[in-house]
Amino acid sequence: MPNTVDTNKSAQPVYGGKNKLIGKDYPTADLYAKVTGKAKYAEDYRAEGMLFCRLLLSPLPHARVKHLDLSAALAMPGVKGILTADELPAPADSLTDNGTVIRANKLGERGLTNEPLYQGEPILAVAAVDELTAVEAIEKIHIEFERLPFAIDPLDTLRPGGPNPRVGGNIWHRPPAALMKPGERPAPPPPIEIKELKWTEADFAEAKQGRMPMGHVPEDPANSWSYGDVETGFKNAALVLDETFVTPDTSHQCLEPRSTMAYWQNGKVHVYTGTQSMIQTVPAVARWLNIDPSNVVLVSEYTGGGFGSKGTAAISLIIPALLSKKCNAPVMMRISREEEHFIGRARPSLTGRMKVGFSKEGRIVALDMFSIINNGPYDAVGDAPTSGRIVSLLYQPQAMRFRGLTILTNTPPRGAQSAPGGMQGISLMEPILAKAARKLGLDQVAIRRINAPEGKPPFGAANSQGKRAYATSSFIKQALDRGAEKFNWNERVARNPKRIGTKVRGVGVSMSCYSGGSTGFDGLTLIKPDGRICFQSGIGNLGTESVIDVHRVTAEILGVPWEKCDVCWGSNSKNVAWSCVSGGSQTTHAMTRAAHAVGMEAKLRLQEIAAKTLGGKPEDYEVANERVFRKGGGAGLTLAQAAQKAIQLGGIYDGHESNPDVNRYTKASIKALAGQGLVVSARDKYPRDGSTYSFVASFAEVEVDVETGKYHLLDFLAYADVGSVLHPKTLGGQVMGRSVLGMGHAIGQKWVMDPAYGAMLSRRFHHSKPPTILDIPARMEWAALDIPDPETPVGSRGIGEPPVGGGCSAILNALSDAVGDEVFRRAPVTPDTILAALEAGRPMQHPLMAHI
Amino acid sequence: MAVIRDVMPAFDLLQPSSVADAQRLLAQHGRDAWVMAGGLDSFDWLKDRIKKPKVVVDLSGIDELRGVRSTSDGGVEIGAMTTLTEVVNNPIIKQKFGLLSQGAELAASPQIRNQGTIGGNVSQDARCHYYRAGWPCYRAGGNICYADTPTGRNREHAILDADRCVAVNPSDSAPALIALDAKFVIRTSKGERVVDAEDYFIGPDIDITRLNILRPGDLLTAIRIPSAFAGAQFYFEKIRDRNVWDFALMNVASAMLVSGGNIDRVRVAVNGAAARPLRLKAVEDAVRGKPKNAATGEMAGRLAVQGAVPLQFNAYKIPLMRNLVKRAVAGVEVSTRAS
Repeated sequence: MPNTVDTNKSAQPVYGGKNKLIGKDYPTADLYAKVTGKAKYAEDYRAEGMLFCRLLLSPLPHARVKHLDLSAALAMPGVKGILTADELPAPADSLTDNGTVIRANKLGERGLTNEPLYQGEPILAVAAVDELTAVEAIEKIHIEFERLPFAIDPLDTLRPGGPNPRVGGNIWHRPPAALMKPGERPAPPPPIEIKELKWTEADFAEAKQGRMPMGHVPEDPANSWSYGDVETGFKNAALVLDETFVTPDTSHQCLEPRSTMAYWQNGKVHVYTGTQSMIQTVPAVARWLNIDPSNVVLVSEYTGGGFGSKGTAAISLIIPALLSKKCNAPVMMRISREEEHFIGRARPSLTGRMKVGFSKEGRIVALDMFSIINNGPYDAVGDAPTSGRIVSLLYQPQAMRFRGLTILTNTPPRGAQSAPGGMQGISLMEPILAKAARKLGLDQVAIRRINAPEGKPPFGAANSQGKRAYATSSFIKQALDRGAEKFNWNERVARNPKRIGTKVRGVGVSMSCYSGGSTGFDGLTLIKPDGRICFQSGIGNLGTESVIDVHRVTAEILGVPWEKCDVCWGSNSKNVAWSCVSGGSQTTHAMTRAAHAVGMEAKLRLQEIAAKTLGGKPEDYEVANERVFRKGGGAGLTLAQAAQKAIQLGGIYDGHESNPDVNRYTKASIKALAGQGLVVSARDKYPRDGSTYSFVASFAEVEVDVETGKYHLLDFLAYADVGSVLHPKTLGGQVMGRSVLGMGHAIGQKWVMDPAYGAMLSRRFHHSKPPTILDIPARMEWAALDIPDPETPVGSRGIGEPPVGGGCSAILNALSDAVGDEVFRRAPVTPDTILAALEAGRPMQHPLMAHI
Repeated sequence: MAVIRDVMPAFDLLQPSSVADAQRLLAQHGRDAWVMAGGLDSFDWLKDRIKKPKVVVDLSGIDELRGVRSTSDGGVEIGAMTTLTEVVNNPIIKQKFGLLSQGAELAASPQIRNQGTIGGNVSQDARCHYYRAGWPCYRAGGNICYADTPTGRNREHAILDADRCVAVNPSDSAPALIALDAKFVIRTSKGERVVDAEDYFIGPDIDITRLNILRPGDLLTAIRIPSAFAGAQFYFEKIRDRNVWDFALMNVASAMLVSGGNIDRVRVAVNGAAARPLRLKAVEDAVRGKPKNAATGEMAGRLAVQGAVPLQFNAYKIPLMRNLVKRAVAGVEVSTRAS
């Protein structure tokens, strides 16, 4: 069997070294509820007298509500109230913890609208005794629209005389801040505006040749920067490639749509919803409803997927909250799959162009990159600037120029989706790198190795002091080497024949990276008088298990067996710590640091209690095996005794005083826990030199039937550089799962829109084609280097997002290895893409069109 | 009035236990009635509130419509309400008419095949994005086709026999049944009628609002497969974007008796190319008596796509149909890939 490869070359490494908990597998506390169906998601909650609400969605991509007659609907028995956009609270400015004013975007998304900016945007909501009544009421509503111009394609609106998606233009513009006088407090920035950007006919001349036009980009340091001498780089390059590429819009497809139940009690709003981040969703809800955060009770024990689309839940949750207030009854808003496709966020497609100069050894000597993001109508996503930043970090071009544009369109609003911008940027670069290796006669692993970042690699442009930002570390070269060995890369490349009958095999490798951690959050731990430890977790339970995993660090430090630990999560009423937003793959890094800090603080407090109780100095005592005891043996206290003592001591020991470093949300939780045991809190103040990024090397093999264009994914391996492994099973789940998310972009997931009507045609799961279990490779493996990050005490970094770009690009590269470089300039690559191109001998799909 | 989708309207659910009762109920309620088999197609229409029948006549309680029976001529009769899973797993079908097992097994997903029926699979409506979203197109009684415009999205649409509407028939079992020369048994108010499989399906030139010959009140009760192609050489292939839970971009089915290396008797059908599954009679006539080899396959493929007209986004269907028909006639070299 010449075509089979033994992929079990080496067994999964042992992670975590001599640790008892960190790096070891265990069943998480939420597992049983999930697999037995007992876990309660937002839709599972009921409250006495609960009403249901349904939404009236705009049938048009851009219009103004001219006339609205609700009388017949309101007259229906069982209809309890209708909420329109006129009843929404005004967008309010907010304050950060350090007192900085965040100006509300008055032109931003508000949940309901009288000027729908995309087909499917909610206009009003009807509350009734049941959904059927609410729906029948909506069908009785008489509504008339004034049609307004619309654009669903960013290039269309950039054309001279092209339609504007919003009254006033097609791009966001932030006016410069007022000049500060010396000694004065900075004034809040001026509100963001909408401006018009049009390119010239001359700019568009290139579009006729299938190349992305590149017109004017407004001054903006995030979207227009360069370093090094790009032109000289191109002049001296051995090979220059200039390619246009289009990536798909992809809905997040969370299995749990953004359903929410809400009611009001004693002036507080109780919100049951799905969110990636628990405690950080509280201020978001307060801001949307324009109420004080102390009046928000949030319940989110389980969340059925977020992938960036539920960073801090979704603004649509204000609809049941406001209807509940209006109707004086609890209101449940269940979101259908079609509605989820409209309001549920999506990754924006990127139309991009890259001119890349290579030395004959394959080193990228010059790069000119231009990204255009289809943003939808509301707040700008960060995908365009991020695409440039990630490419500059991952491929370390010697000179680079970046231009990015985030264009408003009348399409459903985009949001962050796993590796936003990074995934698209990598998908632009990787096929070019694969082509360059073929043209230069280089091995695909070698060309990546020569361009890979290492040490403290710089990225982006220099700041005003002339300094470039840099990552804390990168060991992706080792990941490439070990991955190539584990994948039998050389044997697969050398295998002959590549083609048997109509089936052609191809192998691909890709690098990938994304942000992997933030700093500065709190840990809060309660050691109870019975000796058990409770970790007060403000992290969201979004499925990654970081809500539980990170607390193993504290248990490891204190030497407490995991069986004696409880994790308390799921509601701010449970008195939890201020935690990071679970987005940007920051949680593992940020919250292991906080867990480490609170572990060290707990150790100190236990030593102090022992010294106060048994005499001597705190440093005479050590903490291990559920005890604090005199070094070298002797008198000591159990954790239970220490907790009882803490209550007697009061003050900083039992929570009557707070650690002054922690956030006000953590302080409120400490106050509520006071007197229950040893209450320990701490803020992560550990230093960090550099920005935190994680890296993945991905390998894939595919087999293409050249007579039908149909292909299958055979093998896949992701080798991760994510610092110290915290929990192998959940790490593997993230590496494999997010690789699959990336594969979806390569093999078929997309939006299909009709440009003449501005209408979404892929409104359901099976229309937009996320990958199924039978589409992913039959053999999938992962491994991690387990090299600690030098800039964080536990050594662990985040992993949610870094595999995504690799999942997509390794497949694309394997495909071009199989069928050649002149078949596709886009993702996804579907049978029609391949077959039409093989038939014609050149790429046949429209080079600048995403929504086919 | 505002439009809302994805909530099923209320209706009276009628569950007859015999075909006669079902017919009586359909006669009684006339245009207000909707016939439901497995519900996979029906629930889409109902949940989207595009079809709002007053009564739904659910055939799932009619035992006489279920099951697979051997017939005296060595063939089988399949009750219209037999699930696709039952069709796939039936040992007689597997042994004699494996072409149908293959086609049925490639439909949708295991869950859908557990619920979906063979009668429903062949009788389901078109899946054109525009039509199914309730756009007032020709097929919906309007006077425009939204898919057949220079900008309309028509990657999945027809390359043959289009007439105003360019939607295609989505069934995976239909081409297999045509290739097996199956007969469809229909109960009408006037009694029983039996038609050839290929005559069950109609294009927009005959009636643009439906994909088959069933008139209101008619019921497809059974599908009979004669013994003519029992144990013959079969070929079925379905090309779709995803490996499960996806309609065919195109599929092909052939049944063939070969003697002395020459094609003796053959039937070939393709679906996903037109509004009806196409029996390729010209191809059959051309290859009959010819050796079963690559040259005959090439010729068959070229002949199959004569007259094909691509739309903006579906030109790939021409080489796809050409290659699939080629394989259905000449076979395909099997890769040694270990899966």
